[in-house]
Amino acid sequence: MSNPLIDMQKPDVIFCIGTNMTECHPVAAIGLKKAIANGSRLIVADPRRIGLTDLANLYLPLRVGSDVALLLAMAHVIQREGLVDLNFIESRTTGSPAFLEHIQLFTPEWASTITGVEPTDIETAAIWYGSADQGAIYYTLGITEHICGVDNVQSLCNLALMTGHIGREGTGINPMRGQNNIQGTGDSGALPNNYPGFQAVTDPQNQAKFLGKYGRKTDLEKGITKVTALDFCGDQIRAMLIDGENTLISDPNRKHCQQALESLDHLVVIDIFLTETAEMANVVLPATAFGETDGTATNTERRVQRLRAAVSPPGQAKPDWWIISQIAKRMEIPGFDYQNPKEIFNELCSVSPIYTGLNWDRVANGEFHWPVPEEGHTGTPILHQGEFVNGRGIFTVVNYRDPNETISDEFPVWLTTGRRLTSYHTRTQTGRTQGIDYLLAEEALEVHPDDVRDWGLMDGDWCHLSSPRGTVKIRVKATSRSPRGTVFASFSFSDVPINLLTGSGYDPITETAELKVCPVRVESLF
Amino acid sequence: MADKISINGHLVEFTDGETVYEIAQRCQSERPESEAIPTLCYDPRLKAFGSCRLCVVEVDGSPNLVASCTTKAVPEMAVRTHTDHIERYRKTLLEMVASESSTIKVDPLRGYASQEFSTLVDRYQADTHRFGGHYSGTTHPTDDNPFIQRDYGLCISCYRCVRVCAEQEGDYAINIMNRGFESQITTEFNTILKDSACTFCGQCVQTCPTGALADKKAMRATGRPGEMETTRSVCPYCGVGCAVDLVAKSDKLVAIQPAMDGPANQGALCIKGQFAFDFVHHPDRLRTPLIRGADGELHETNWEDALDHVANGFKQVAETYGRHSVYGIASGRTPSEASYLMQKLIRAGFGTNYIDNCSRA
Repeated sequence: MSNPLIDMQKPDVIFCIGTNMTECHPVAAIGLKKAIANGSRLIVADPRRIGLTDLANLYLPLRVGSDVALLLAMAHVIQREGLVDLNFIESRTTGSPAFLEHIQLFTPEWASTITGVEPTDIETAAIWYGSADQGAIYYTLGITEHICGVDNVQSLCNLALMTGHIGREGTGINPMRGQNNIQGTGDSGALPNNYPGFQAVTDPQNQAKFLGKYGRKTDLEKGITKVTALDFCGDQIRAMLIDGENTLISDPNRKHCQQALESLDHLVVIDIFLTETAEMANVVLPATAFGETDGTATNTERRVQRLRAAVSPPGQAKPDWWIISQIAKRMEIPGFDYQNPKEIFNELCSVSPIYTGLNWDRVANGEFHWPVPEEGHTGTPILHQGEFVNGRGIFTVVNYRDPNETISDEFPVWLTTGRRLTSYHTRTQTGRTQGIDYLLAEEALEVHPDDVRDWGLMDGDWCHLSSPRGTVKIRVKATSRSPRGTVFASFSFSDVPINLLTGSGYDPITETAELKVCPVRVESLF
Repeated sequence: MADKISINGHLVEFTDGETVYEIAQRCQSERPESEAIPTLCYDPRLKAFGSCRLCVVEVDGSPNLVASCTTKAVPEMAVRTHTDHIERYRKTLLEMVASESSTIKVDPLRGYASQEFSTLVDRYQADTHRFGGHYSGTTHPTDDNPFIQRDYGLCISCYRCVRVCAEQEGDYAINIMNRGFESQITTEFNTILKDSACTFCGQCVQTCPTGALADKKAMRATGRPGEMETTRSVCPYCGVGCAVDLVAKSDKLVAIQPAMDGPANQGALCIKGQFAFDFVHHPDRLRTPLIRGADGELHETNWEDALDHVANGFKQVAETYGRHSVYGIASGRTPSEASYLMQKLIRAGFGTNYIDNCSRA
């Protein structure tokens, strides 16, 4: 997030797109509710009538995968209405002439034919956001899990740049991260393109720096992503070490993923449960869990906080850091003589420019947002104040593309996937918690009541849901939260493996799968 | 020069808009030997409500006692917070409140604020049987939800649950029905919570000063021996990073309470963070390393053999197929130290960038 969570109470216009915040980040949504109670206006763009739409002043029910068209038209209206912040563009950005010329083509009427959103509603949204004093954008995986995920994000950046809604309190581009430490794992360098602190592996200076730190020269070429690595399993890739991920259930195209992992010579999984992925491993190593482990985690607002152990782990379970160190030592890799997580975190701080001013003791109370570039620095709650990290904010010329697969006679219904309040991801944790079943005992396919009737289904009955990659059996739930022609399910329940169906395409840059769009066929069992 | 008021003869500066209670609390925290003003309906995160009247103080020129939580300071005001008269008034008030309540002493497992009422009854040595009459509130007879116990026999109508649900959580799931002895906290149409706008975030439980609303999951450990110990950590679920207090009893995690001063959550949690922690002690937890045997099954083993097997496997693969044949996937669910070491293992061990994390799905 460019801005801290506390800023959610401050904008006068909030634009939420592709974020089911009341279910997936409920405590963050509290800030939005407070802002609305204080008179902020909320625009929600989402294919489904999610909980946030009940709070919205304006709801834009766009077709799945049509975000770029909507955002191009909003940019068009902002320019047409004279709401472009020319001062900001002049002093802080680059690439505006090409962008401002490009968006002249994309009227709300054009976008309406693609998105299904009324042109007047697109205009209203653009005028509200464009004329706001403090306008803020919040998004989640509804933006990124598309073949055009990068285009979607860049479209949002364009809106913020042309209106100057960035680098100030109560504004910004704010992705809501989905896992407790997904920010921290990227910060720590677990990426094929970056050393810790987002230092590019392709920069020879960084190569030299880490040669000095680690005693081994690392390739100047980027590594491959996890998605590509799974594609190469059994061929180039022969061994994998997976720490704490149920790859088989959470990733798209489960059959493909299973074949990939089966073809490895050596699969090692570190986890707290014998997950579906761990069951395929040659060696499974038991890790300590939440409440049993000391360490640090970085949240969605770049705040570094301490995790503390309160109880003993079961049996012989060990902290991940100990396990990985022991593997490294047995492979005679130098530099793994750690006694505790404090030494490891302090080493991370010493090699990462965004953590330089932090250390184990300094993050004890979780006060600091990175970057903290030197000792004594108070942290950076708001990014891009005065100057962007790369100097100037760059406008990108973006064009709309159809999803990888679109609906057809054979697969005439859009399936979109997501999460629910009571379940977390593949339910390895929430599925093993008393009481959760009281609220949500099984997965169900959310179908508009009129579609239930027209498709010969019954509320509560079973149906078959098929895509080109497979078929799953799932119960039908009639709800007007789904629009006509679009159905929804989560991927949480392993007995309804929705990711058998998904995964037709990937964003060419991030290789994030198009989990939010999958044409399907819905058939009654009777 | 900043404006000042006098509290118990001490001159104190204040800022415009501060209430007498806030100023007095600030002074009290600076002088720990002095006594705090008691409250029941007060939660610093909520708008002052002024209903419990325990925070009353004497103000020069005012004929009656005034509630300090709703009285804004004005320059030159002279306030007394603990005269005999006020303390007698407070004790009588507590005795009246206590007379309505069926149980005063409750297990601290019920919730973060559950001891506030009984602590005050003890502090004032209030006679809980001084006033006869009948109890108010009835426990919800049919609400079978597994998270929130609704013992309204213990309710003192402070409205903290109603206000936290509206002002903090923004859900407006509960409100008050009837008046006087018939007062009852309830949902729309007096239903069970599941059929209301309640999301089971637990904020009502954690602000309840009597334990009338109680954490059912925590109360499973009522009979467990040992003292309650709390440890500050962070919720294991989404990326918001809510600070939590882990509540343990004899080496078992028995409850989660929100950190009221949590930098990202200010006392809020959701149903997952509040109630979904049983996985920690679940019998399915892996307890030993496992190695796949010649029979194709996974078998328990010890760390020495497991780690040797792991290391040899990676070495053999790298020797046979080259260093670009080994790949590491780090997790967004582990601490950063694990991810840092995963990338270091791959980079320092193989000289490649064949490392990623789970953020692409």
